Order: sequence, then C-alpha cells, then structure tokens
Amino acid sequence: MAAIAATPSKLRGTMSFFFQQLLNALQVGSIYALVSIGYTMVYGVLTMINFAHGDVFMVSSYIAFFFSTFLLKIASQFASFLAFPITVFATIILTSFLAIIIERLAYKPLRSAPRVSAVITALSVGILLETLTLALIGPEPRQIPPLILKVGYNFQGASFSFFQILILGVSFLCMLILDFIVYRTKVGMAMRAISFDKTVVPLMGVPIDRIITVTFALGAAVAAVGGVIFGSVYSLDPYMGIRIGWWAFIAAVLGGIGNIRGAMIGGLFLGGIEVFVTAYAASSYRDFIAFAILLLFLIFKPTGILGKPQIKKV
Amino acid sequence: MKYKYLLLGVFLSACLVVSACAAPSGGTPTATTGTASPTPTAQAGVIKVGLNAELTGSIPKVGKSCKQGAELAVKEVNDAGGLEVAGQKYKIQVYVEDNEDKGDVAASVTQKLITQYGVVGVIGPNASRNAIPASEIAESAQVPLIGPWPSNPKFTIDSTTGQPKKWVFRLFYLDSDQGPANAKFVKEEFNASKVAILYAIDSDYNKGMAEFFSKAFEELGGKVVAYESYSTADKNFTSQLTKIKTANPDVVFLPNYYNEVALQLQQAHQLGINAVFMTTDASFSSELLTLGGKDVEGLYLYSTFITDAASANPVAKKFIDSYRAAYGEDPDDVASLTYDSFGLLFQAIQSAGKIDRQAVRDALATPHTYSGVTGETIFKGTGDPIKNIYWVQVKDGQFRLYLPKNYKP
Amino acid sequence: MTTKGITQLSGLRDKFKKRQWALALALVFLFALTFLIPRYGLLNEYVQLIIIYIGINIIMAVSLNMVNGYMGDFSLGHAGFMLIGAYVSSILTVWVFPRNWNPILTSAILFPIAVTAGGLAAALASLIVAFPSFKTRGDYLALVTLAFNMICVSVVQNIEAIGAGRGFMGMKKLTTMPWVFIWALIAIWVIRSFVYSNFGRGTVSIREDETAAELVGVNTRHVKVLTFVISSFFAGIGGALFAHILQFITPNTFQLQKNVDFLVMVYLGGMGSIGGSILGAVTYTVILELLREALTILGTFPIFASIPSLEVWRWVLAPLLLILLMIYRNQGIMGLREFGFLVPFRDRFGARFWLKRRELTNANSSN
Repeated sequence: MAAIAATPSKLRGTMSFFFQQLLNALQVGSIYALVSIGYTMVYGVLTMINFAHGDVFMVSSYIAFFFSTFLLKIASQFASFLAFPITVFATIILTSFLAIIIERLAYKPLRSAPRVSAVITALSVGILLETLTLALIGPEPRQIPPLILKVGYNFQGASFSFFQILILGVSFLCMLILDFIVYRTKVGMAMRAISFDKTVVPLMGVPIDRIITVTFALGAAVAAVGGVIFGSVYSLDPYMGIRIGWWAFIAAVLGGIGNIRGAMIGGLFLGGIEVFVTAYAASSYRDFIAFAILLLFLIFKPTGILGKPQIKKV
Repeated sequence: MKYKYLLLGVFLSACLVVSACAAPSGGTPTATTGTASPTPTAQAGVIKVGLNAELTGSIPKVGKSCKQGAELAVKEVNDAGGLEVAGQKYKIQVYVEDNEDKGDVAASVTQKLITQYGVVGVIGPNASRNAIPASEIAESAQVPLIGPWPSNPKFTIDSTTGQPKKWVFRLFYLDSDQGPANAKFVKEEFNASKVAILYAIDSDYNKGMAEFFSKAFEELGGKVVAYESYSTADKNFTSQLTKIKTANPDVVFLPNYYNEVALQLQQAHQLGINAVFMTTDASFSSELLTLGGKDVEGLYLYSTFITDAASANPVAKKFIDSYRAAYGEDPDDVASLTYDSFGLLFQAIQSAGKIDRQAVRDALATPHTYSGVTGETIFKGTGDPIKNIYWVQVKDGQFRLYLPKNYKP
Repeated sequence: MTTKGITQLSGLRDKFKKRQWALALALVFLFALTFLIPRYGLLNEYVQLIIIYIGINIIMAVSLNMVNGYMGDFSLGHAGFMLIGAYVSSILTVWVFPRNWNPILTSAILFPIAVTAGGLAAALASLIVAFPSFKTRGDYLALVTLAFNMICVSVVQNIEAIGAGRGFMGMKKLTTMPWVFIWALIAIWVIRSFVYSNFGRGTVSIREDETAAELVGVNTRHVKVLTFVISSFFAGIGGALFAHILQFITPNTFQLQKNVDFLVMVYLGGMGSIGGSILGAVTYTVILELLREALTILGTFPIFASIPSLEVWRWVLAPLLLILLMIYRNQGIMGLREFGFLVPFRDRFGARFWLKRRELTNANSSN
C-alpha cells in the first residue's frame, strides 16, 4: 500500500484510469460470461448453436423489469435488501421455464433432423421472441427500477458503487455454483458424458431427455442473472438480445465451445477487449478487433482458449 | 448441341442491345413518375399524404409523438369537412409507415409511400440519420418531402452536387447555425473553458452537431478536452466517460437522443463526473425524464416548443388543449412540429390550387411565412427556414423554460 | 432396332427438345414483359418494385444455395459479399464514372461494368473465406464466414470517406426490371451449368462425405475455391443491384440479420435445388408482403384498430410458420428434387435413354 501511496500523481492518474477501466471491463465481461455459458452448455450437449439464447436473455430482463415494478408497487417500503434477491430468484425460475418450453416444443422434435433445420428453428425462435416482445410490450426502452441503493465509493481515483460490487459478486457466485454443478455432481457428469458420446449415454441408464432439459434450464438460469444485472445497469428494449447474444456466442467460441470454464474466460476476455479498445483507441475499432481476433483463433486455434483438438474419425 | 449455345449467345446480345435502347433515363426513373403511377389522387375528393415515422427502434417516443401530431392535424381538417382547394373540399388520408429508425428502411418506406399509395407529399422522418436517405429518394422521385425535426444541413443538400435540394423542406433550424449558438451559450452561461463531447459516430445528427459545436467553441477561445464517440446501439459508455472524467471538463456536451442521454448521465454520475451537462433538442422528450430519473436533474437543453412559453400564443394553447384531451399528455416539439408540417403542406396545396406534386413544391418554394403552433417559420425560397428556440432546464423532474443571463425579451 | 424402339428413343429426345424450345420462348416472352410493364404501367409501381426485389433475392438465394445446399457447408457470410458488391459498384457509379452521361449509355455500358466490378470484388474477397475452408468444416466454417461478415461491416463502418456508419448515397435508380431479369438468368444458368458439370458434381460429393471424395479423386480444394468464388460473385452482383434500387446503403443493412433472410429462402425452398431456391425467394418475399397487406386490412376493422403496430405481427407470424415448416417438412418445399427444365438431358433422361438404347441394341443383336 505504501508503494502505491508514494506513486507520483501523474502515474497514479494513469493507474486509476486503468483500474477504473478494469472495473468497467469486469462489469461488461461478466454479463457476457453469464450469457455465453448457456451457449456453450447447449452446444456441448447437443452440438447445436442455440441462436435463441440471446433473446431468452432479453426476455429474462423484461421478466425482471415487470416483476420488480410489481414488487415495488405492492410494497413500496419493501425491505429493499430483499427485493433484489426475490427478483433474481423469480426471474431465474420463470426464465428456466421459458427455456424448457422452447426446448420441448421447438428443439426436441428436431433432434434427429439435419442440423440445419435446428439452426433455422433456433433463429426463428429468436426472432419470434423479439417480435412478440415488441408487439405485446412495445418498443420503448425501459430500465429496472433501482432495487439497491447506489452508494458510491472511491478507491485511488476510481469510482464505483456498491451495486457494481454486488454485480461482480453475484456473477462470480453464479459461475462458481455452475462450475460445481457441472464438475462435481452426477447431473453435471451426465452432461459432460453426453458431450463425449451421445449414443452410448442412454445405454448406461442416463435419462438423456431429462439431462438435456436440465442443461437448457441451467443455461437460461445463468443468463437470467445476467438479464437482471443488464436491465438494472443499462436499459432494456426488444432488440438488446441480438448484440449481446452474438457477442456472448463469440466469447463461448473463443473460450472453446463446449467448455464452461472457457466460456467464462471468453466472456471476460471479450469484455476486456470492448472496454480497453475504446479506452486506448476508439470505440469504432472495437468490433473490428474483436472479430479479427476471432478469425485468427478460428484459423490457428479453432478449439479456442481451453478447447481440446478434435480428431475426426473416418 | 451447338445450336443451343449459338441461340443463347444471340439471345443475350439481343438482350443487351434492347435493354440499352429501352432503359429509362438516369435521373428521372420512369418507374416513379407520371406514366406509370396514377397522378397523386385526384380521385374521389381525397388527398393522400404519407408519414414516415420512427415507430419502433431506439427512439419510439419520437415516432409516437410524430404520429399523434399528424393524426390530430388530419382529424381537425377532416372534422371541418375537409381541405378546401380551388373551391372543392377534399378529405385527407394519411398513410403511416414505420421506418424502424433505420436509414435504409426509411429510404424503402419513402419509395413505398410514393409508389404504392401515390401520395402528394411525404412528412418525416424525424431523426436526421433517417431523414437524409429518405430525402434523397424524394428528390430523385420528385415528390415534396417535409421534415419536421431534422436539423442536419445534409437533409436539404444534394449529396452529389452539393446544391440545395429542390423538393425537400424542413421546419427546423440548421445545426450549422445552432452549433455556434450552443457554443456561445455554454461559454457565456457557465464561463466554460474546457468542454468534453460524447457523440454517436454513425448517426448524422450527433456527429454533425458535435463537429459544429466543437469548431465554434474553439473559435470562441475554448478548448475541447475530450471528443469521444460510440455507436448508436451501444449502452455502455463507461469507457468513454472514464476518459472524459480524466480530462476534467467544465461542461459535458451530449448531442444525442433521449435513450442514450439518459444512460450517459446515469453512468457519468456513477463515475463521479462533476460538470455541467448539456444536451440538445434531440433528447427533448418526456421519455428522457422517465428513463433518466434523478440523474437528469439540472440538465440543460433547448427546443422549439415548450408548453411553458407556447401557452402564451392562443393558437398554440388551443393545440395544447386538444392534444392533452386526445392523448393525455403534453405535446413535445416533435408533435407540434409535425402538426405544423401538415399545416404547411395544406397551406401549400391550397395556394397551389391543385393536387399536383410540382405545383405543391413550387408553392412551398416561394418565400413565405407559416404561422403555426411552433411560432413563425420564415421561408426565404429554400428548404431551410428561420426558426427560434427556447433554452430549457430540467428542474424537479420537469422541463422548465430557462432564461439565460443576458436574456433580452 | 425395332421401329418401336427407335420411336421410343427419339420420342424421349424430342420431348426434351420440345421442352427446351418452350422454355426459350417463355423466357423471351418474360423478357419482353419486363420492358412493357414499366413503360405502359401494366402493374402498380409498388408491385414492380417488389418484383425487382424478388429478382435480387433469387440471385442471392441461388448463389447461397451453391455453398449451403450443394456443398453442404454453412455460410453465414453471404451478406458480407453483398455489402462489398453494393459498395464497390456504388462508389464506381457515384464517384468514378461520369455522372451526367447519356442515360441510355449509362444504363447499357456503365451500369453493367459497375455491377460486374462489384461481383468481381466480392469474388476476390471470398478467397479470404475459401482458404480457411480447406481445414475447417461445419460449425467452424460457419464461424469463419460470420467473422468475415462482421469484419466487412466494421471495416466499412470505419472508413469515413464512404460515409462510415452513416451510409453512402447518391446512386441513381439504375436497377430496372430488364436488368434484374438478365442478371438472374445469367446467375441461374451459370450456377446450374456449374453444378451439373463433372467438376461441379464434386460439390455434392463433398457434402456427402468429404474424405471419401478426396479418396475417389475429387480435387476438393479446387472445387471449394471455385464454389465460393462463383457464389460470392453473384452475391456481389445482387448487392450492386440492391444498392441501385434502394439508392442508399449502410453497413448496418448487411449485418448478420440479413443472412437469416437468405438462409430462410434457401432452406424454405429446399437445399440442393436451384428451382427450390427460386421458389423459396419468391415465396418468402411474397408471403411477407401478403402478410403485411393482410394485417393492414385487418387493421381497418374496429376490433383490431386498437392494437398498436399491427404490422409488427407480421414478424411474429413469419417465424412461427417457419418453425412449423421445419418441424413438419424440414426438407423445404422442393426437398432435393429439381424442376425438369433446369436439369440437363443426360441427368434427366440420360440413364433412361442409354439403358433403353442398350436394351434395344441387345434385343436387336440377339434377333
């Protein structure tokens, strides 16, 4: 600490700038990480890119919005420290429900169909969610009302709020819980087994349908947490899922698609690119650099940061 | 077998020759004027007008206000029995189309209004980024287009020749004039020497205003310490705002739309930026207050229409009352300007004496003054009128008329 | 050979020849229509506009079908090639070529040059995608093309000189019905010839089993490169035509969403079927317009008038229909079948013809 205090103010200026941007990057990156987990899990289990996931994330944000406004209406002097967890919990449950419905109605009938049908269906489900939201709720952007007091802090010139710390904490907790489920429980083991060899797993007595349903539900649940966060910090509109969805998908690919820890790392990495390119260059280069990095990865290391090379058998 | 290829070759060459001879002339495509389409409805006593509004997309409140202003204008005329042109009464039929706040959709919607409905004129779009492409279509198809809200100069200037457009008119001032006025306001009101600007780089209005403002501010002796950009769909401005914070400005200028400004102010406060915040008429909307909440308190901006000041004018007061009665909210500048655009068009049709695009255009192009609910709009023979603005501040969650220090009534 | 045999054989040949003549006549008639309709206003202007868009969509769908349908890959970069074609041709007609030439000459000489240049630029750019395709397949290729598309978009967004994200305008309305017809015809003819050529049949073999194809002697690299190049050439053409009918282009038009439109057209019509892509393009465009009209008409009824933005429901119904289609008939309208008039003689009647002839010759010799 003493060393930092002794740093001349000019350098501290740069340090606090960097630190602030780092905080910004963590905030953005954790949302990408939470959403990309859903993509990677579904791909690992079904080898299918669930293009509707970004829109499920969008719907979860809207669910959180309506739920929280409802909560605040029925009890305006609600113990505000309860409002946030209740909203998160309710959003998780409702969003998982939605994901399960989508899986049962739209994806399950296509499990044995050619891959392209599943892709078109996923894209269509996404569009359907967007336009249903637009038609039923309207295009006006909204924001989740503040459920936590936004107390501000200052550390070495970098400002942040209690809410931001909470966001980071909740995201991290989510990732830990998910990691635990996937790597240390039977259900998780079944999920990983399916991604290795789908045909053999049912022969071992694993109820494959149920596991796939659980996978979708888990992915959606984690995305729902991201939805609550996003809706509180930024604003919601029916098309927000498009950009976040594609970027989270790219994060999943960068991290190694099918690998959950990779998805988290990919998400944080992409958040970092987004913030630091804007910070040290200009925001318009952001997309170009992100996609150029993606292209390089695909050409030289297609399995991503944490992926394993796949051997194709003839 | 060889016959087939010979035949094909002859056929294709014939195609090329014939297509060359029968091609429509470059600038005036036969597909959209005269011969093919019915003349803008002299049919059955109906005048058709098109409305091109941002009903969905990132600024739907603008589209909603536009549509409401339009509907009110048309309803009032129709309730009075119709518009009287050269002794005959005509009902007004307005076709409302959504441009989804996208430039290419705005262009195709304009084409649709012109070709499918054969409208005599088009009103809108509102945001310059949508209005500019639409105006190119209208100019090339030779249909009068009136923009209620666009303020970027490119709206009325032909992109290829650099000359003023002949068929495009606006009801708003030019940013090239307003930019220097803003710079003067900021320098004098707040004694500002350092200004930071955050603008959307892919939107004509934001970028244009940022450029006009910064140029004028530097000419006045000030310094632009941060000039940051973002893309229209972005919601996270913390990177750029952090850079702005480091530059320590007196005033932060945000020439952006309401959905963006609300978020920008929230994030700026979160980052602890201490400065005076100023935006422009582009975010003058009730939604700014809804989305921004406490964070927009104290924000400075301006507008051509604010109920505080406009109520003094009896014509405006009547409009405000009917708008309130019909829609349950006060009209904002987009609604009033759209209302006036329709009035302007109706007046032009009447003075033209017939429902013909060329005649209406000529009527609009003659120097005249239009008196409407937004005050006086003085046309001097071009598409760009002289118009006044009011300065506004957000106080207690409301837009309040703001009188600058050196205000002379 | 017996007389009956000869008659049977020549019957097949004649039937085929008759069909070809009928087709040629039909094409000439349609072409004549494309001139008469605008000149005499036989159809509403707006309908003419829709027909032009259908033509452009046909070109895009048929070219995408080469890669996605025949070769079995999954390209998400088609909109990127469209963007290149649109921008290159627009820059040529607005900045490079003399603007106020004789309009007939502009349309007959300058416009096709600009459009072809757009196509060539796109074809050149496709090499960036073609080479990685050697190593990657399936999903990874989809990602490579996706990245390519996004890079195209973001590069244009950063070039201030051509308007960056705010768009490029000033194009004259050079795309006319005759031109769209000609280009669509060229596209269909070239692609159909390629696919039914010996070399082009390699695409199908790659789709079925790439390793086996290699082993059998198909030069997969050459086939892949040529397929991508031809496919993107026509995507560029489509983009150039699109730019000159809309008269305004912006990189945002060519984002990933646009790819969804083309994918739907291809899969709706049926993969690996040129006729299917044509049908898919027509059906998709027409259905969307019909839905819009239907909803506008519905909106005039009092019960529905109170629902705001009724038109948006068009985009709710369309994906819903698509999902149902995918679940219940996922091979699309045509499946893997093809229209008779597009298939060359030897593929359609060939086997029958030669077998029959052999049978008859054997019968003859054994007599």
